[in-house]
Amino acid sequence: MTIKHHPDDTSIIAYAAGTLDEAFAVLVSCHLETCPQCREKLKAAELMGGSLLEHTDDAPVADGSFGRLLEKISVADVKAEPRITLPARTKKPISGKQEMPLALHHYVDSTMADIKWKRVGPGVWQKPIELSRHASSSLRLLRIAPGKSVPEHGHGGQEMTLILSGAYQDEIGHFGPGDVADLDDHVEHQPRVVSEEDCICLAATEAPTKFKGLASRLLQPLIGI
Amino acid sequence: MVALPGTVVSEARLVDSDTEIHGALMERIAVGRDKKAFESLFAHFAPKIKALMLKQDSDPELAEDLMQDTMLTVWNKAHQFASWRGSVSAWIFTIARNRRIDRFRRQGTRHYIDIADYEIADETPDSEDCIMAGERDRLVAEATSHLPEEQKQIIAMSFVENLAQTEIADRLGIPLGTVKSRMRLAYKKIKTNLEDVL
Repeated sequence: MTIKHHPDDTSIIAYAAGTLDEAFAVLVSCHLETCPQCREKLKAAELMGGSLLEHTDDAPVADGSFGRLLEKISVADVKAEPRITLPARTKKPISGKQEMPLALHHYVDSTMADIKWKRVGPGVWQKPIELSRHASSSLRLLRIAPGKSVPEHGHGGQEMTLILSGAYQDEIGHFGPGDVADLDDHVEHQPRVVSEEDCICLAATEAPTKFKGLASRLLQPLIGI
Repeated sequence: MVALPGTVVSEARLVDSDTEIHGALMERIAVGRDKKAFESLFAHFAPKIKALMLKQDSDPELAEDLMQDTMLTVWNKAHQFASWRGSVSAWIFTIARNRRIDRFRRQGTRHYIDIADYEIADETPDSEDCIMAGERDRLVAEATSHLPEEQKQIIAMSFVENLAQTEIADRLGIPLGTVKSRMRLAYKKIKTNLEDVL
């Protein structure tokens, strides 16, 4: 399955610049794992960063700065950081039903199969993901049964959804594994799960404080208020 | 006056050679663990990294600390540079970015996950990639310097001052949509310039 929907260029640039808030940065990172096309885009944006760094006026470093650094490297030199190898440009995204994206490993202790889902309505479960204290965005895994609607989880702010397994359909199109819906606050959408299996997706939203009544928004499409 | 072909070549060489020098220093650091080479790299980049951190609202002490942290990571991850397929300055930019994010997100041992930390099986560079790195650098620098002022400003606020797009909109008193469209235009220009080599 090929990825058809990608983060907006401005989201890739913000990721490169380091200005995306944590939930969005983690989500984009998960997408990058499966998308060579966006990795190329990211590379171009990071080259821009390099070019701007190169043209920054120098600020004097503290006296003896390099000497202090040398002391640190003699201590730290032994442990070279291990690297994780991603599979080559697979047509099939690596984050299948059983697999947790690498970027989530630091956040979620269990495997995808062992997640302790919390039911939020008929056919809808979620797993909130704890971010660092300074985050002003929130991140959750959602699991939605076939035929059910994905609850609106980001009303009134930026919202990004990454499909990990299964598929849904909305006015914009068909979203399968690896696809990202990168939506502005004014986009109304009501995706419906069209796969035979449950649809598992990762959803990043601006912090709940930015919009009212997250719980009621979550439940709204389910109980029809 | 007609510009001699030789003049153009030597100008291009000047830019390329900077990239080549830094690339060669990285090689000596990665392979030979060469502290002299590291000192040369430090002399060039440390003041720039510190300036970047200062522009991103760090006080001088924190800026110095984050710069040291960045250069220490450069030393520790030097072996990864070979598979980066880009310029030293862009690689160091991403490390500085990650160190800063890590510092502000720090909670236990959690680290910012960067896609560059993963080895991607079929993306190991060949010799052509290495030759291209210098050329790419030159093209990006050229395209960035020729951007219209209003696009350049937004790119700098994003990459150098580290402002979110909503913050840029607030600061300039323009709609978020305008910030995004200027950013897209700037990026498109860079991408167009890079099309043949990336």
